[in-house]
Amino acid sequence: MFRYFSLAFRNTLRNRRRSALTISSMAVSLCLLGVLIAIYHAMFYADQTPGSALRLVVRHKVSIALVMPDAYIEKIRTVPGVKEISPWNWFGGTYKDSRETKNLFARFGVDPKPFLTIRTQLEMPNDQRAAFIHDQTGCVVSDDLAKKLNFKVGDRIHLVGDIYPVTLDLKVVGIFKDPDAKGSLFFNMKYLREALPKSRQALDSTIAVLVDSPEDAPRVAKAIDDMFAESNPPTKTESEQEFVLSFLSLLGNVKLFLLSICAAVTFTILLVSGNTIAMSVRERIREVGVLKTLGFTNDLILGMIILEALTIALIGAVIGLVLASVLAVGVGKVGENVVGQLHNLSLTPITTVLCLVIALMIGLISSFIPAWNAARTNILDSLRYSG
Amino acid sequence: MAIPISYNVRNLIVRKTTTIMTAIGIAMTVAVLLAVLGLVSGLRTAFAATGDPLHVLILRKGGNAELTSIMTPANFQIIKSFPGIATGPDGQPMASMEMVTVINLPATDNPEGSNITLRAISQRGMAMRKVKVTEGRLFTGAAREVVIGKNIAKRYPAAQLGKSLRFGKGYWKIVGVMDAGDSAVNSEIWGDAAQVAGDFNRSEAYSSALVQATDEVTAAALIKSFSADRRLNVDAMSESDYYTAQTGSANPVQFLGFFVCIIMAIGSAFAAMNTMYAAVARRAKEVGTLRVLGFTKGSILFSFFLESMLLSLIGGILACVLVLPLNSITTSMGSFTTFSETTFNFHVGPDVMAVGIVFSLILGALGGFLPARQAAKKEILTALREV
Repeated sequence: MFRYFSLAFRNTLRNRRRSALTISSMAVSLCLLGVLIAIYHAMFYADQTPGSALRLVVRHKVSIALVMPDAYIEKIRTVPGVKEISPWNWFGGTYKDSRETKNLFARFGVDPKPFLTIRTQLEMPNDQRAAFIHDQTGCVVSDDLAKKLNFKVGDRIHLVGDIYPVTLDLKVVGIFKDPDAKGSLFFNMKYLREALPKSRQALDSTIAVLVDSPEDAPRVAKAIDDMFAESNPPTKTESEQEFVLSFLSLLGNVKLFLLSICAAVTFTILLVSGNTIAMSVRERIREVGVLKTLGFTNDLILGMIILEALTIALIGAVIGLVLASVLAVGVGKVGENVVGQLHNLSLTPITTVLCLVIALMIGLISSFIPAWNAARTNILDSLRYSG
Repeated sequence: MAIPISYNVRNLIVRKTTTIMTAIGIAMTVAVLLAVLGLVSGLRTAFAATGDPLHVLILRKGGNAELTSIMTPANFQIIKSFPGIATGPDGQPMASMEMVTVINLPATDNPEGSNITLRAISQRGMAMRKVKVTEGRLFTGAAREVVIGKNIAKRYPAAQLGKSLRFGKGYWKIVGVMDAGDSAVNSEIWGDAAQVAGDFNRSEAYSSALVQATDEVTAAALIKSFSADRRLNVDAMSESDYYTAQTGSANPVQFLGFFVCIIMAIGSAFAAMNTMYAAVARRAKEVGTLRVLGFTKGSILFSFFLESMLLSLIGGILACVLVLPLNSITTSMGSFTTFSETTFNFHVGPDVMAVGIVFSLILGALGGFLPARQAAKKEILTALREV
């Protein structure tokens, strides 16, 4: 068996330019497929962090753009299983010049004390925690954001509102570390409420809830929604992860879009590699005749040609995946501004295995028909074949 | 002297399997590009058709979307009194105060339902827009009635003439279907201003005001004077600009689409190169013969180059044929400005197709140049001696 393998391998070297071109074309396509699958995986199947599994987000049933009365918070607090609760209001607004993408970051109005409990994985020195709770105009920023925009404790941040008709003059009182809250700023909701006209003070767009245990989360979510089912407005309670996805679904059917592009890419590689393998087999029909005269069986010839295709597919896939792992980092950097989940995008082991399997399937399928045709050609016909 | 094109055409026909496979590979790449361009172009058509350059939209200062803006009846009275606003047949100013919110409609392809813009509008506002009621009749201010855009009627089984929708404080009867050409209004639901605003407790807080200027110069002047008025504290903009800006919601899709196309294009160019190298190798003797007959190196280079372009042109045309059926597909896309879905048709027009053809020719040129050069560089004697 081993000697046939070496023959198959040598066959890939006989027309080096063609093999190189096929491998490049495979590599480029699989690189793309790898990145797309990585994006898909990161968006729809990312693992929850322990903190995120404990959190629920409550919003207006129809849309996150609509608001709920602030009184809902005290009602939700009575639901068994709810450990802590805080308003969680997207402020929007403008920081300096919004045309520069680095100035676009998330800003939320929260209730500092419960907020610090709800973010179970948040790390921040105790004095900074205390300052956030007590200083009404204080705000805290995530470490990556502080680094990007060079924020230091004591700095002033000026936010001009768009959704809220106010201008906030905030003071950085803390810099925190939290795997689930990258690129965000949090400020005291009380400051915002007092600056708002009376009619808009007691409203919230989203409310964050911390539950006792991850297993309990679905039950609590249902209990909250049932509680407000007949109220105006009714609510929708989702896990933190579902909430982000429902936000994304606004952009359209992203899932379908990604899957159809993946299918188009796979189909194209299949055509391309099928075409090349067919060309190289056709060129060699006479040689197949010689091999048969020497006593090689049809199955052996079939196997050898398939093996050769698999070798090419595998080399292409490996190169493609190496390229993809580099490209994924770049795509993650650009994409995280639009879709938060793309932060730290990388090829997971599952993605890598999936791409390798796809590559091998492509090698197998694309070589099967030409190999089968070659293997069953009659010896005399093949020896007579002039190419 | 140039080698006749029929020589290339015949060569492509002789190797029809390879030709078709390579052409389909190119076609897939171009088709992905065309589908993305068709989507963006469709969205652009819908939004471009919505705004009227004579219309001036007035929002609360900083509120960059109708959904988050607030317009009080007191402010609207001031707005109506500005000079330069066109007057209707009844001598009253062409100005409309409107309330915009989102409601949720059950959708067949989305279990969560889709969010739709609901607009509370006066008879005056209806008259200002070029909207025809094609089925049923207009709502009356006396009853809980609404009219729906024709795209809503097409897409949501729950929203049909004669049926009732539940939102606000109860049920609303659908009494008409409106047709607004290609405009995004086709994706909205309209009801009587006072009725709907009352139902959402927003009789004192509408969303926006729309006025019609007498001419475009006046429109520009009105925008300036509204925005500068300190009593009002509003931002005014041309209605066309407001809707054009919303095309931005297609940016992430467009970005992803172009990213995929460029990578796929590299893969397809390698594949085309492979095919053309094979063609050159196969016809070595022919190339020698052509040279003996007196064709220059240049004309051989040109001939093979042309063949590659022809091959990719077939791919390009194939791609156009492939994506043409998309024109009859209605899709929808949400936006972070309206927080609701706009339904529109893919729009693969001549402009989009022209881009596709040019793109395929570029692919052909990239794939064909090196093989063609190799063919041209062949020495006559060695070429003739090749098997």
